Amino acid sequence: MRTDVAVIGAGQAGLATSRNLADRSIDHVVLERGQVANSWRTERWDSLRLLTPNWLSRLPGWTYDGSDPDGFMSKDDFVDHLERYRRSFGAPVQTETAVESVQKTSGGFRLRTSQGEIDARAIVIASGANSTPRIPAIAGDLPPCVRQLQAMHYRNVDQIEDGGVLVVGASASGAQIADELARAGRDVTMAVGNHTRIPRRYRGQDTFAWLERSGILDDPWVDEPDIAKSRRAPSLQLVGTDDARDLDLNALTAVGVRLVGRLVGTSGTNLQFSGSLANAIASADQRMHRLLTRIDRAADRAEVDVPEDRPPPTLLPAPCLHGNHSEFSTIIWATGFRPNYPWLSRHLLDRRGAIVHDGGVMKDPGMFVLGLPFLRRRKSGFIAGAGCDATELMQPLQAHLETTHEL
Amino acid sequence: MTTTQNTPVDNGVAVAHLLGARDAFTETPEAGHFTWRATSDWITGSKATMTVSDYFGLGAEQQHPQPHSVTTDHPTVFGATDHGPSAPELILMGLAGCLTAGIASVAQNWGIALNSVKADVEGDMDLSGILGADPDVRNGFSAIRVRYTIEADADRADVEAVVAQSQKRSAVYDIITNPTSVVVEVN
Repeated sequence: MRTDVAVIGAGQAGLATSRNLADRSIDHVVLERGQVANSWRTERWDSLRLLTPNWLSRLPGWTYDGSDPDGFMSKDDFVDHLERYRRSFGAPVQTETAVESVQKTSGGFRLRTSQGEIDARAIVIASGANSTPRIPAIAGDLPPCVRQLQAMHYRNVDQIEDGGVLVVGASASGAQIADELARAGRDVTMAVGNHTRIPRRYRGQDTFAWLERSGILDDPWVDEPDIAKSRRAPSLQLVGTDDARDLDLNALTAVGVRLVGRLVGTSGTNLQFSGSLANAIASADQRMHRLLTRIDRAADRAEVDVPEDRPPPTLLPAPCLHGNHSEFSTIIWATGFRPNYPWLSRHLLDRRGAIVHDGGVMKDPGMFVLGLPFLRRRKSGFIAGAGCDATELMQPLQAHLETTHEL
Repeated sequence: MTTTQNTPVDNGVAVAHLLGARDAFTETPEAGHFTWRATSDWITGSKATMTVSDYFGLGAEQQHPQPHSVTTDHPTVFGATDHGPSAPELILMGLAGCLTAGIASVAQNWGIALNSVKADVEGDMDLSGILGADPDVRNGFSAIRVRYTIEADADRADVEAVVAQSQKRSAVYDIITNPTSVVVEVN
């Protein structure tokens, strides 16, 4: 099969790319290892809802059209949102097609897939940032009596055996899972490292409304003093619920979650937690206040007459530096994801295996990547951001197609 | 960081050198692999002299311009001669030294001029641990507190951010807060 552009992945970033290509009448195919919105279908827990409000699920040529723009879609609603988006312009998605290798050819690229070979003049990688969990080496030191589970394989409380649960990681996944388990009456400990605290609402609005109004969501990647660090930033401690409640450490403490420092080692039958929790908490509070100060400037410019309802300081829990294996029947790793591109040539990756790119433009001409955190703007890792990035990357992509010959 | 000044700030830190090293280590990570060494020589009683003179780093053997020595001892309340700091006190000194160097570096990088940086460090220890009187008490510090007094051309929030960042980049803070594998052998 021959085409101009092969898009890898049919999630929000891949479909947004497809829509842009269709608008420009550029011949393309979208290769999807499973079904449209595959990771949303297969790698999320039952109760998961987006942490961004519905109005922020807009994509090129597709806005939220339901009755609750300020609500938060369930994962099933979001799968439906993407499925309807695909149908709205007849995206040429080829499902159940896993890419096995990408090789350069004289005229462009040859993709080997589970469904045969495809030649393309340009490639857009939109396979997502959240598919391969990053599990600390400590996992190998734990006895078999402690059941280990990755956050992407967590489904619901019933799946978790009786006994204490240690949730490792305090970003969106870890905080949401710890919250769900604690509310179900489970004995939950959460190991907390570097995290991003943000209130659900601020000065009378969802904080995302402020992040948008203040321009923070559109902070461009070229202005970041340390873009590598910005791209590593932990996901937001937020949950999308009807009562718009907070999911910060104070809220977790209030539902009975015991907070300890980062899980850093094992010693005999003990798990060791870092003594750095106080600084992780202080740093997160400081970063939150710097963000809210930026929001205040936007609110003041807009003459918003709602007081600055800053969240209270995070309460520092009593120090706890170790816990015995026997206290925990289950450990849930909510420790983020690692890049995993075995089908790409090594020279396109850095030494950690992540794709090297400049705002989505990869090292080899004609190769582009989308849907990664802070790819081109602060919101790149959010749904609406992937759409903006896809549209912006059309310019270098079209320029590449103009300088190459049709296959 | 919100604080940036138009005039370059000089806290006496070779920030360009440090940032250059960081870039270099991104390119050639091996160059960042250092091995620090110290020797120790018992004098008498609880007294010993520790010396540092060479180390490995940047892919080669390196030398301090001259060796540096510290003699540790135990305090007189232990019936010792108190000719130097106790080893645990040396750890507290090391923590303050590391955090303070970090504060100066981070502040300079963020354009914050420092006028004075003073720290009071306290470490709590229950001697029942090292004397073996109570097996439930650990030998080491049960808690360490560091309190900084900083005069700088910056507001309080920025100074607090500098102090938080210095902890994230501090070797000794990491050494104390996180476990390290230690192997002791006899020749």
